[in-house]
Amino acid sequence: MQKITRDQLITKAVELLSNGTVSAVLGWKKGEFDYDITPAVFTTEEEINNGFVYNDFCGANFSKYLVAKTKKLEGKILVFLKPCDSYSFNQLLTEHRFDREKVYAVGIGCEGMADVVKLKNKVDGIVSIDYNDDGMYVDTLYDGTVKVDYAEVMAERCINCKSKKCVAYDELLGEDGEVIDSARFDEVASLEAMTPDERFAFWQGELSRCIRCNACRDACPACTCEKCVFDNPGSGVENKAPVTSFEEQMFHIIRAFHVAGRCTDCGECSRVCPQNIPLHLLNRKFIKDMNECYGEYQAGAEVGSRAPLVDYTEGDLEPGEVFERGENDA
Amino acid sequence: MNMREETLIPKVGVITDVRIDTPDIKTFRVVTPDGKKAFDHRPGQCAMLSIPGVGEAMFSITSSPTNTEYMEFSIKKCGCVTEWLHQAEVGQQLTIRGPYGNPFPVDDVFAGKNMLFIAGGVGLAPLRSVINYCRHYRDRYGDIDIVYGSRSKDDLLDYKEIIDEWANDAGVNVHLTIDNPQQGWDGHVGFVPNYVKELNFDTNKTAVLCGPPIMIKFTLEGLCALGFDKTQIYTTLELRMKCGVGKCGRCNVGSKYVCKDGPVFRCDELDELPSEY
Amino acid sequence: MRKLSLDNLNKFFAAVAESKTIYLPVDQKDGSAKYAKWAEGTEWSNALNTVRSPKDLFFPQTEDLMEFKTEGKNIEIIDIRKESEDFVIFGVRACDVKSFEVLDRVFLSEPVDSFYASRREHAIIVALACTRPSETCFCTTFGIDATEPAGDVSAWKTDSALYLKANTEKGEAFLKSIEALTEDADTAEVDAQKTKTAEIMKKLPLADLTTDAFGGGKTEELWNNPVWDEMSQTCLGCGTCTFVCPTCQCYDIKDFNTGNGVIRYRCWDSCMYSEFTRMAHGNNRLSQKERFRQRFMHKLVYYPENNEGLFSCVGCGRCLAKCPISMNIVKVMKKIGGDK
Repeated sequence: MQKITRDQLITKAVELLSNGTVSAVLGWKKGEFDYDITPAVFTTEEEINNGFVYNDFCGANFSKYLVAKTKKLEGKILVFLKPCDSYSFNQLLTEHRFDREKVYAVGIGCEGMADVVKLKNKVDGIVSIDYNDDGMYVDTLYDGTVKVDYAEVMAERCINCKSKKCVAYDELLGEDGEVIDSARFDEVASLEAMTPDERFAFWQGELSRCIRCNACRDACPACTCEKCVFDNPGSGVENKAPVTSFEEQMFHIIRAFHVAGRCTDCGECSRVCPQNIPLHLLNRKFIKDMNECYGEYQAGAEVGSRAPLVDYTEGDLEPGEVFERGENDA
Repeated sequence: MNMREETLIPKVGVITDVRIDTPDIKTFRVVTPDGKKAFDHRPGQCAMLSIPGVGEAMFSITSSPTNTEYMEFSIKKCGCVTEWLHQAEVGQQLTIRGPYGNPFPVDDVFAGKNMLFIAGGVGLAPLRSVINYCRHYRDRYGDIDIVYGSRSKDDLLDYKEIIDEWANDAGVNVHLTIDNPQQGWDGHVGFVPNYVKELNFDTNKTAVLCGPPIMIKFTLEGLCALGFDKTQIYTTLELRMKCGVGKCGRCNVGSKYVCKDGPVFRCDELDELPSEY
Repeated sequence: MRKLSLDNLNKFFAAVAESKTIYLPVDQKDGSAKYAKWAEGTEWSNALNTVRSPKDLFFPQTEDLMEFKTEGKNIEIIDIRKESEDFVIFGVRACDVKSFEVLDRVFLSEPVDSFYASRREHAIIVALACTRPSETCFCTTFGIDATEPAGDVSAWKTDSALYLKANTEKGEAFLKSIEALTEDADTAEVDAQKTKTAEIMKKLPLADLTTDAFGGGKTEELWNNPVWDEMSQTCLGCGTCTFVCPTCQCYDIKDFNTGNGVIRYRCWDSCMYSEFTRMAHGNNRLSQKERFRQRFMHKLVYYPENNEGLFSCVGCGRCLAKCPISMNIVKVMKKIGGDK
């Protein structure tokens, strides 16, 4: 459950709107069932009071929206950044994707967000969700009110949270946290420990479910190309279903390569996947490899940092060593 | 294979003639490999042409149905299929399917009417079919006026046919215009919509428009200013199409599918569609 | 009505599978369900519904339409179509059965789509009544009775038995083919289940949703509604809603050069994609707002206008569950129609 409350955020949003600091607020809008929350742009106090919510289902990362929204708006837009969102925010600034002057960023602490899929796998027929001092209570269609242990429905990306520290903001609500020495690479390590055939089978099993809806790409804060190769009719691979399963796998692998060094590991790709494919593991593999080959690097930790893949140092791994590493893996 | 006929599966066609009309428009003559017309059509209908591996696209059939020997397509180079076609030579095979869409109502609504055809650029391609149809059955129609404009003299499509044939027909008046003055051109200079207003046509005509969207918009306004009612004006639309039979969803505008319910629309019918074409 | 003891379920699947392929919902590793071929050992999922709808079985995400061989300037067109063999789709929910009617009106109208028609004609649909609808269900809004699904055979699953009733000749022939495994039964248990489920349906959170604001002829009224701007402002433009939707049927046709000829194939497409309407010389829907509006107007206004009032939504709730930003048709309908 979040320590930051809806009321705190509303107060802040209304204050910044009414004193003219911002002309719009990027926030979360309530849905039908307390868990189906939609990112929305609010421009009036009334809209905010009527629709703004904040709870454990506000996982969406707003940073990418700033690319489009700052282009359209007169004045500044207020954005609330959870720690992991703030890394994406910095990374987008590093890539000059939006004008920092057009944004007022409020950092907010985060206790980890819930995973709706996990919740739905536990509880059937969710009518509404309430909180008591001791946790989450779900009103259901069939089983009355069910108490849910928050730890059991926390998103994987939050269980393996890499940082509770907001790395970008104009103002911080609540207390800042620390970078965490998380276990996020454990699952990658277990994939690495597989034989190539096992690993191939694992990914084939996962990626074969892909329906090529492009949600992973469209939600990804690192995917901000003006024209994605997969949208370009001339590329021959425009956003369409593939001819072969090989091609399907290539879509994800190409995307993982393209965001390598820029992916902050925010986990949006896996959150939005309608088929629950653990896409973040592909990106984490890259992050882990880069950490091992070039030293620890966290994309988005600060603005303007040079990612290992675009930064030459004399200590860089020689191509031959990389090749050998691959040989040993196989 | 004894399955029912499938419209998505085309026939083989062969290009038997390529005419260079303008710097970016060529007219292709197409027949089946055994030298016949691929299928019958009505004026204003379209066909899907494709080059396997390159793509398939919808084109209006520019030849008149009264031509029983072959079909012609006037094609402007602007995308990958058209670029490929522009480098094709006589003897090249392609695939063809159709006819698609609703034709101009040449045999009922247009019968006995004075006709006013207004075209811009490659917009003459679909109108040529209906113009030649009206010329073929000359006694079924009243006076025929043809206003045709293009960027320059070199961009006028079917120029030879217009000058040598259309302009010489009894009761057919041809009004050509180009956008800017040009050496060797002593005809009218100016945009089509303005020329239409200058010509101050009597409203006792049925008008048929085709050209770039902006030309259609202003010509329509011009005609209305002259007193034409939108029920007297027809046009033909172009949107992206894949199936040609109202199923793939691409050319859906309002409750209409341009490939199936169009491409020919009466302008008052267009007013009922959302402005998304 | 016939009754099959659940103890005989596997025997039943095995008996049917001797002559026909059966597709049924099975659980996947991630906890969701999908339609898969039955084979010895396959467990029928208890899930309310599958992530992907059974439309895949008539209108697959990709299918080859034809092949071409080219040599010099010559082209040979190869018709690779094969008549479908008889197959059974088992366990289809009432909403999804209704979606077939929506699809039929597109694919089976002249000129008939032979690819779709062949599968459709050879399919036997065994529909399953719902007993535990989800909060995201709103099939009743579209006049669908989840307790009495259509299809060639309607089925009701109780704790001990599967009750089966034929609705069509195909269905009767199907029940005849498995007669030995079933017995005659009265409708008491089924009636009791239907009553109970109907009570639940009434209490669903979306039970009050109506289509009053929509239908044919509403284009002008709804086209300029500010809702389109407001609700589309954070739409990602992905294709999730269209791909999980049982009634979305837009498609693309593309060529693939295999190096040894060309395959022309069809694949799902999405009106939410920026390239959907792009032509060589322009695009008539440039903004996500326009694309967003197209999807909902098509389902709620254009389609019913062309199909005697039938809406192109069956209330299955898949888009509610899967949209990355939790935007969906219910929110649009409520916003435009007014919340009760």
